[in-house]
Amino acid sequence: MDMNLPDNVVLTKLDPLANWCRKNSLWPMPFATACCGIELMAMAASRHDISRFGAEVFRFTPRQCDLMIVAGRVVMKMMPVLQRIWLQMPEPKWCISMGACASSGGIFDTYAVVQGIDHFIPVDLYVPGCPPRPEQIIRSVIDLQEKIQKEGSLSGTEFTERERQHRKRALQDVLDDTL
Amino acid sequence: MADTQEQLLANFDKALLRFSTFRDNHRVVVSPDTVTKLLSFLKQSCDFDLLIDITAVDYLHYPKAEHRFGLIYNLICTDREERLFVKTWLDEPDLTIPSAVPLWTGANWMEREVFDMFGIVFEDHPDLRRILLPDAFSAYPLRKDYPLRGRGERHNFQRITRAES
Repeated sequence: MDMNLPDNVVLTKLDPLANWCRKNSLWPMPFATACCGIELMAMAASRHDISRFGAEVFRFTPRQCDLMIVAGRVVMKMMPVLQRIWLQMPEPKWCISMGACASSGGIFDTYAVVQGIDHFIPVDLYVPGCPPRPEQIIRSVIDLQEKIQKEGSLSGTEFTERERQHRKRALQDVLDDTL
Repeated sequence: MADTQEQLLANFDKALLRFSTFRDNHRVVVSPDTVTKLLSFLKQSCDFDLLIDITAVDYLHYPKAEHRFGLIYNLICTDREERLFVKTWLDEPDLTIPSAVPLWTGANWMEREVFDMFGIVFEDHPDLRRILLPDAFSAYPLRKDYPLRGRGERHNFQRITRAES
């Protein structure tokens, strides 16, 4: 495209533009159930200051959020609540599993504690640590921003589309095997 | 403490009570059919006005244990700053004991917790149902014959995928 554009005009596609907007204004939903929640608060507070990355607007209603941070262990009585909150969040949405307990159950290998939330809801990023330091969570937010920039689309339905493609491929594999 | 012990001995059959002391903890062991009478006597005549806790122990596989469950009431007299543990026992199949709610209202949730974890039934409890675990839970997890990792309860959820959410 050969146009005489002035220096302050940039050309791009709509998808990356939407992604750029989204990744720099993440609205986290703090699902803080244990000590990880304290580090999550430290991350939001002035010393570490997540607002440098545009994700400082914590909302306590899932309908206004697009990033769920599950901080702490999830017990089986809490799992239906977690799933319901996840379903209430509008697309596009992402999920960070913060700490050993949310990612794997941690040291709590008992009848009541879910052994990793990714068994039951989709997770984009896992943060190791018990609890992780605020810097680690900030790192995960930056990584998530990268992921959003790479994968997102304007309609925000990329996950649905990706799942559809994945299923189509899986079905094709099964057909190839049987035929 | 000596006063309480004397008062109890004066009002109850000596053969029914077993006193012991360990590191300033005073304990009295009674049979399950006497425990309600003893508790109401402790409250009304010995001024044990505060019930701190009700808890239970499963003595399954315990060496030299005579009974399956131990049920422990932790009482305090706030005037004399005196603490007393009243212990009784229960055996299967009859895991019922009269509720302490008429004496101390605070026993309500404590008994619900013991019921939730051990399956001990408190008769005439106003609202005996599970307090910590989900209502649909079918086992009593603090019993020693219940596996630590459960019987699959923590895995019985629907899986939500990206496409569905």
